Amino acid sequence: MATEILMPALSPTMEEGTLAKWLVKEGDTVSSGDIMAEIETDKATMEFEAVDEGIVGKILIEEGTEGVKVNTPIAILVEEGEDASALPEAAPAAAAEAEAAPAAVEAPAPAASSAPAAPKVDLSPDWPADAEMAQQTVREALRDAMAEEMRSDADVYLMGEEVAEYQGAYKVSQGLLDEFGSKRVIDTPITEHGFAGIAVGSAFGGLKPIVEFMTFNFAMQAIDQIINSAAKTLYMSGGQMGCPIVFRGPNGAAARVAAQHSQDYAAWYMQIPGLKVVMPYSAADAKGLLKSAIRDPNPVVFLENEILYGRSSDVPQVDDLTIPLGKARIWREGSDVTIVSFGIGMQYALEAADKLAEEGINAEVLDLRTLRPMDTGAIINSVMKTNRLVTVEEGWPQGSVGSYISSVVMQEAFDYLDAPVINCTGKDVPMPYAANLEKLALITTDEVIAAVKQVTYR
Amino acid sequence: MAARKTTKKPNVSAEELKTYYREMLLIRRFEEKAGQLYGMGLIGGFCHLYIGQEAVVVGLEAAAKEGDKRITSYRDHGHMLACGMEPGGVMAELTGRIGGLSKGKGGSMHMFSKEKHFYGGHGIVAAQVPLGAGLAFADKYKENGGVTFTYFGDGAANQGQVYETFNMAAIWSLPVVFVIENNQYAMGTSQARSTSTKDIYHRGEAFGIPGEIVDGMDVLAVKAAGEKAVAHCRAGKGPYILEIKTYRYRGHSMSDPAKYRTREEVQKVREQSDPIEHVRELLLTGKHATEDDLKAIDKEIKEIVNQAAEFSKESPEPSVEELWTDIYA
Repeated sequence: MATEILMPALSPTMEEGTLAKWLVKEGDTVSSGDIMAEIETDKATMEFEAVDEGIVGKILIEEGTEGVKVNTPIAILVEEGEDASALPEAAPAAAAEAEAAPAAVEAPAPAASSAPAAPKVDLSPDWPADAEMAQQTVREALRDAMAEEMRSDADVYLMGEEVAEYQGAYKVSQGLLDEFGSKRVIDTPITEHGFAGIAVGSAFGGLKPIVEFMTFNFAMQAIDQIINSAAKTLYMSGGQMGCPIVFRGPNGAAARVAAQHSQDYAAWYMQIPGLKVVMPYSAADAKGLLKSAIRDPNPVVFLENEILYGRSSDVPQVDDLTIPLGKARIWREGSDVTIVSFGIGMQYALEAADKLAEEGINAEVLDLRTLRPMDTGAIINSVMKTNRLVTVEEGWPQGSVGSYISSVVMQEAFDYLDAPVINCTGKDVPMPYAANLEKLALITTDEVIAAVKQVTYR
Repeated sequence: MAARKTTKKPNVSAEELKTYYREMLLIRRFEEKAGQLYGMGLIGGFCHLYIGQEAVVVGLEAAAKEGDKRITSYRDHGHMLACGMEPGGVMAELTGRIGGLSKGKGGSMHMFSKEKHFYGGHGIVAAQVPLGAGLAFADKYKENGGVTFTYFGDGAANQGQVYETFNMAAIWSLPVVFVIENNQYAMGTSQARSTSTKDIYHRGEAFGIPGEIVDGMDVLAVKAAGEKAVAHCRAGKGPYILEIKTYRYRGHSMSDPAKYRTREEVQKVREQSDPIEHVRELLLTGKHATEDDLKAIDKEIKEIVNQAAEFSKESPEPSVEELWTDIYA
C-alpha cells in the first residue's frame, strides 16, 4: 500500500521549512533509518530519516522549495510491484491528515471585581480552652514534635548535618539519637544538594523524611531537588507519586552573620505550587504545625528562626497537639487596622500593637503561620472590619509576601479599603555586618507603628 | 563503538534470545513511531529517542527481580517499555492525552509507574542520581532486599550531585547500581571534550565503589554485568557502577541536526554493532529461529506499536479540570 511521506515538524516551534535537498530519487529502495532528505528548519538543517521501508514512488516537492508547511505530503512510498504512476496525484486536501492540536481552552474570565461576601474562615480554637499550659522554648517544642511523630510512625526519620552525634547545630535535635538510634537520626556529610535528593528519593520509596538544613541559606544548594523533584512530581505523575517530606531549619536573619547567612526565603518557597510553607512564631504553633507537617502527604518547607529558638511561650499539655496547615491565628482583636505577619515578624507586629493601644489605636494582629496554602480568607475578613492593612516581614520588598497579600486584598476587598496597604519589609540591601547598619536593614517596631499611623491617618 | 568481539556461542536459551529480540525491537519500532508522530505535530516539545541503546535496558531488566526499582533521565521511553509499562500509555503521554501514564501532564520526560517500580523520567540532568540513591536508602531502611537501578548519561556524570551521591551511597552501603549509559555525546559535546577521564566508572574508585565497563551493544554482556552488580548490592556490599558503552543513532532530541559527528560514524555503528542485529544473528546462526519466525515477531511488534499509536491519537486531551488536580495529595 502506498504511503504518503509528510513534511515533518523537526523542532518544537517549526511550522514550515525548506526542503533543501533530496538524498533519494524516484525508484530508490529505502529502509527504516535511511536518510531521505535534508530539511531546513527554523533552527538548523536536519536530516530526515525514513520510518517505513519501501520504494520511493514519487517525489512531490522539488528540492529547494521554501515554505513547505508541516504535514504537506512531500513524497510517496510504494511497495515492491506497486506502480507509482497509477497513484492519483496527491490531493492537497490529504495534507490535513494529521489532527491539528485542539484549540487552546479559553482562559477563564477574571474574578468579578465587585466586593464579595465575607469569606468563610475557620475560627475554631486550636486546643481545648481548659488545656493545661506549660512554658517551653520553641527549640524544645520542635524537638518534642519530631520525637512524638517518630514514636508513632517508624517511617519517619531525621537527616541533616550534625543532627545526630553533635545533637544539632542549634540543638533542636537534642536527645533524638539516644532515643531513636543512628538508623533514624542520620548525620550527613556537608552536601545539601545530594542529601536533599536522597531524602526526596526515599520519600518516593515510601519513607517520611525530615530534612534539617543547618540554615535555609544552605538549602539554596538543594533548591532544585526541593522544587523540581519534591514539589512537582505529584503533578507530573498524574497523581501517582507524592512526596511526604519536611524540609526544616532556621531561616532569616540571626545576628551579625552578614549577607550570606541572613536571608528570609518565605516569599521564594511560597511561590511554588505543590509545596506547603509554614513559618511559626510561638512555641505551641511550632509544635502543632511541625507535627501536622510531618503527617502531611505533601512536601512542606518549615521555616524556623534562630532568634526564636530560645524564646519560651505557653504550650498546651495535650496528648497530640496538631494545628492544621493553612489556618491563620488572631493574636489580638482590634477594629482600627489589621496587621498581618508571620514568623519573627510577629514580634514587631505585637510590640507595635501594644504601643499603639496606648495611643488609642486598636490593631487586630493576624499571624498567618502558614504561607501556602495561605489563609487569605482570614485577612479579607479582618480587612472588612478594619478597612486598613499593614503587612510585616523580614524579607525583601520586591516580590514579598506582603506584595502578594496586597494584590489579593485589592482584588477581593478593594471596596473595603480606606487607605493604601503598606508593606513593612526588610530593606532592599544584602544584610550588612556592622551592628549599626544591620539594625537599619531589619524591620523595626517603630516602622510598623509609623505605617499604622499612616494608614489610619493619625 | 568498536565492532563487537564478544559474539561467541553464548550459553543462552532460544526463548531468552527471542525475548530480548522482541523487547529491543519493541523499543526501536516504538521510538521510530514516536519520531513519526513528532513529525506530524502530534507530539510536542522535547522528545529524546533511545534508538541504538536498546540492549542496555533490556539486558539490565533481565538481571532484575520483582520489586527492584529503576529511575532515569529524560531519555526514558526505552526504560518504561522494558519494565513492562503499557506502550499505549507511554505513547498517549507523548501525545499529551488523558490515557497517558501521567494523564498527559508529564510528557515525554516525566512518566512514572508505581506498579512497575519505575520512578521517572526526570528532566533535570543528574537530579535522578540522588533520587535513585534515596530509593535504595528506603529499601535498606525497610530491609526488603530491593536494588535500585539508577541510570544516567555521560553528560550527567559531570554534575556535582553525582559525586555527592557516590559518597553517601558508599558510606551508607546503599543497594544501588549506578548505570552510566555512555552514548559518548552530552547533547552535542563529545566525551573527549567534556570529561577528564576516558572511563567514567574510574571516578567511583575515589569513593571505594567498584565498577566496570560493559559493551552496551551486546545484550548478553549487559545482562551478565547486571547480574554481577545486583548480586554485589544484594549481598549488602553497597553500590556498584556499570559504565555501559552505547550509542544513540538519532540526535539528542528531535531538533538536533547532529553536526558534531559524521554520518559515517553513525553508519559504522549501525552496520557493525547494532544490538538488535546481533541477537538476530545469534538466533539465525544458532538455528534458534528461522527468518519466518523473526518476520512473525516483527509483524507482532509492528501491530503493538500501531495500536499504541492509534490509542495515543484517539485518547482525548485531559479535561480542563485536570489543570487543577494532583497539585496536592
